Amino acid sequence: MDDTLFVTFLVGLIAATLRVATPLVYGSIGEVITERAGILNLGIEGIMFLGAFAGFAVAAKSFEAGIGGYLWLGLLGAIVSGVLMALLMGLLTVTLGLNQHVSGLGITLLAIGLSLFGFRLVFGESSVLPSVDPFSQLFVFGETPILGPIFKQYLLTYVAFLVLVPLAWWLLYRTSFGLELRSVGENPEAADAAGVNVFRTRYLALVIGGALMAVGGAFLSIAQLGAFSPGIIAGRGWVCIALVIFARWDPIRATAGAVLFGAVFALQLRLQTLGFDLPFEVFLALPYLVTILALAITGRNANYPGAYLKPYRRE
Amino acid sequence: MPHEPYAVEMRGITKRFGTITANRAVDFALRKGEVQALLGENGAGKTTLMRILYGLYHADEGDIFVDGQMADIRSPRHAIAHGVGMVTQHFALVPPITVTENIILGYTDRFNIDLDAAHNKVAEASRRFGIAIEPRALVKNLSVGERQRVEIIKALYRDAKVLILDEPTAVLAPQEADELFESLKRLRDSGLSVIFISHKLHEVMAITDRVTVLRSGELAGTVNTAETNQADLAKMMVGRETFGVTKSDVNGRQGDIALRLEKISALDSKELVALKEISFEVRTGEILGLAGVSGNGQSELAQVLEGTRPSTGGRVSANGREITNAGPEQIMATGVGRIPEDRHESVVAEMTVAQNMALEHLHEFVRRGMLDKKRIRAHAETLIEAYQIKARPNDRIRTLSGGNMQKVILARVLERNPSVIIVAQPTRGLDVGATEYVRQKLLEQRQRGAAILLISEDLDEILELSDRIAVIYEGEIMNVLPAAEADIERLGLLMCGVSV
Ligand SMILES: Nc1ncnc2c1ncn2[C@@H]1O[C@H](COP(=O)(O)OP(=O)(O)O)[C@@H](O)[C@H]1O
Ligand SMILES: [Mg+2]
Repeated sequence: MDDTLFVTFLVGLIAATLRVATPLVYGSIGEVITERAGILNLGIEGIMFLGAFAGFAVAAKSFEAGIGGYLWLGLLGAIVSGVLMALLMGLLTVTLGLNQHVSGLGITLLAIGLSLFGFRLVFGESSVLPSVDPFSQLFVFGETPILGPIFKQYLLTYVAFLVLVPLAWWLLYRTSFGLELRSVGENPEAADAAGVNVFRTRYLALVIGGALMAVGGAFLSIAQLGAFSPGIIAGRGWVCIALVIFARWDPIRATAGAVLFGAVFALQLRLQTLGFDLPFEVFLALPYLVTILALAITGRNANYPGAYLKPYRRE
Repeated sequence: MPHEPYAVEMRGITKRFGTITANRAVDFALRKGEVQALLGENGAGKTTLMRILYGLYHADEGDIFVDGQMADIRSPRHAIAHGVGMVTQHFALVPPITVTENIILGYTDRFNIDLDAAHNKVAEASRRFGIAIEPRALVKNLSVGERQRVEIIKALYRDAKVLILDEPTAVLAPQEADELFESLKRLRDSGLSVIFISHKLHEVMAITDRVTVLRSGELAGTVNTAETNQADLAKMMVGRETFGVTKSDVNGRQGDIALRLEKISALDSKELVALKEISFEVRTGEILGLAGVSGNGQSELAQVLEGTRPSTGGRVSANGREITNAGPEQIMATGVGRIPEDRHESVVAEMTVAQNMALEHLHEFVRRGMLDKKRIRAHAETLIEAYQIKARPNDRIRTLSGGNMQKVILARVLERNPSVIIVAQPTRGLDVGATEYVRQKLLEQRQRGAAILLISEDLDEILELSDRIAVIYEGEIMNVLPAAEADIERLGLLMCGVSV
């Protein structure tokens, strides 16, 4: 491989890394915010799936109806779907105090089922997969070599890295809401005694988290692909769960984890094309293996939030 | 003379938990600028009454008035808004965040927190109220006494006019308690009204203006401290003349060393050093009391001796046999009986009384490879009778009161006539009747010739039962004194790490 080829390879790799990492940044920050309030939301896989579907369905139907901002309506639809699922999760785990593992898995099954059913209802069973014109990429540095292709990204990717990450950090560590949220996840008795409304804070954390997860899913359908398929999320929600532990519940570290995963994912795509004599499933498994490995190394002494998985009751 | 409205007044408060009535038609009134004790045995309903005032529980019946006005207090938020603050018995602090964050939690005026400004405000409050705290410290690194100061500042920072303290001295060394009393007097003189929950008579006599006594959830009366004495208060508290056990001065067959620790070291759950080369021995027929402020290695020591925590150095032997780092089963086999600190962890909550009684020696209840249910039941019936346990063999053990649960554990251990007994916090949370029973049983065992290591944070208990007293501080034995040479003052200093 000569120098220019290598540079092209590297530039492509970096650009792809950021793209692959984007939905994981939304998902894992959504999960960080939820878990910091003491709730493990295993509904994330389903909520991302539903977000991808709702985003796509609303966008496609709006486009049919001739509405100009159809993609933005799609994004809004995804957010609404994520919020609704988060509220359901809140009903089960915060209000009723049910087991969070079971509730979360139930939400995932429900959301995936709803999406697949909804897809048939909305689009029927035509042989051609429906599609929409997705968000286009921004050419921030135009066609300049190196910087041009690296920064040719979707607006949602820019929002993820430049707005969401610092915003999530500020929210968690520098606002009264973030202080209440962390306290509710560490010691709800203490938060309650200090005058914090534990239930409301947990619901808000779930809702913010659910909305972000759904945006992460919608990024795939209405930005990257312009289509929806049953394999669209492919375990990304579960990866986010692992990233959150890897990140020790910190949004910045979660982003780093998402980028790491994105890099391995982008790398394996490229390795596949280099013609190694290995079944392609091995490459596909690589990012997940790296996730497990990273988790095994860093997750051992993880300091879980004090009230993780615990419903709160006054008496 | 028209008198000033009460700071708070509670009228006809009734609170039930299932079938238990924790408060029955209780009246309580606090004058402005007084320190009033709420006195009563464990389980008398003191905490419940105050949790109602602070909005953590809701009364089934009754009304609350603050400053003469009816107040609808449905959550701590409302209580805080009415100027009521509470330091709960188990502190309500968030360990991984700073002192400042704990203090401003739920009481911020702006969405965006300016941490530097917040630290300054907290430091200023600390100065104003004369209670020293370090705003930037993480709460998890603070001692119990420091945490209590954070809790007090937290309440005062919320402009509390009424401060409730639930058994504040239970976790303090005597000298720390004195410091707390000084602060309370100063705060009272500047206009604060204080409710001081306690079951310790001498404290109540020392710092309060009036005393309200609860007995079995009912009001036993309110008296002026200056017009009463400890004996009268005790009578109000328990409803009878005398209480307490008496230790016979004639020892049992005291003599041989039954339990010997040589330079035992161990780590705590966070892998920090918890025990540093602890050495002592316990002889047959004596009770060695281990005194210390909570969290100085007592739990770890008990666990090492019970076989549930590895030691990192040193040796333990019981009855001449080495049991260093042996498992619980081996340790029991050498004749050691264990009554662990957390009674809920030493029983299986969902199993029955009979099953729990058989649990540690199941192999003795096996017939042809199967558990012999009849024998297990008969065994339980014998013990229930012998130890006056208020339960049936088939009751699930989690439904028992603390006192009865402890009796089950005692029965399970003592029926085997252990030659060494390791017992930790045996009466924590028990009412007076059960406490007396447990202490009586321990004295009987001593008389029988058992060597007993009594680990307790209750100094009165240590003084009442022990022949010798060892004091532990930061994982080291400060001193071992014969009971005759130990008084509260000297023990208190040792418990604070001062060699005397
Ligand atoms: N949350 C609760 N649920 C059930 N029973 C309770 C609860 N809180 C207290 N009790 C019961 O109410 C009675 C009074 O308890 P408490 O107010 O804690 O007494 P005190 O503080 O005087 O020791 C006890 O019998 C206790 O077991
Ligand atoms: Mg109490």
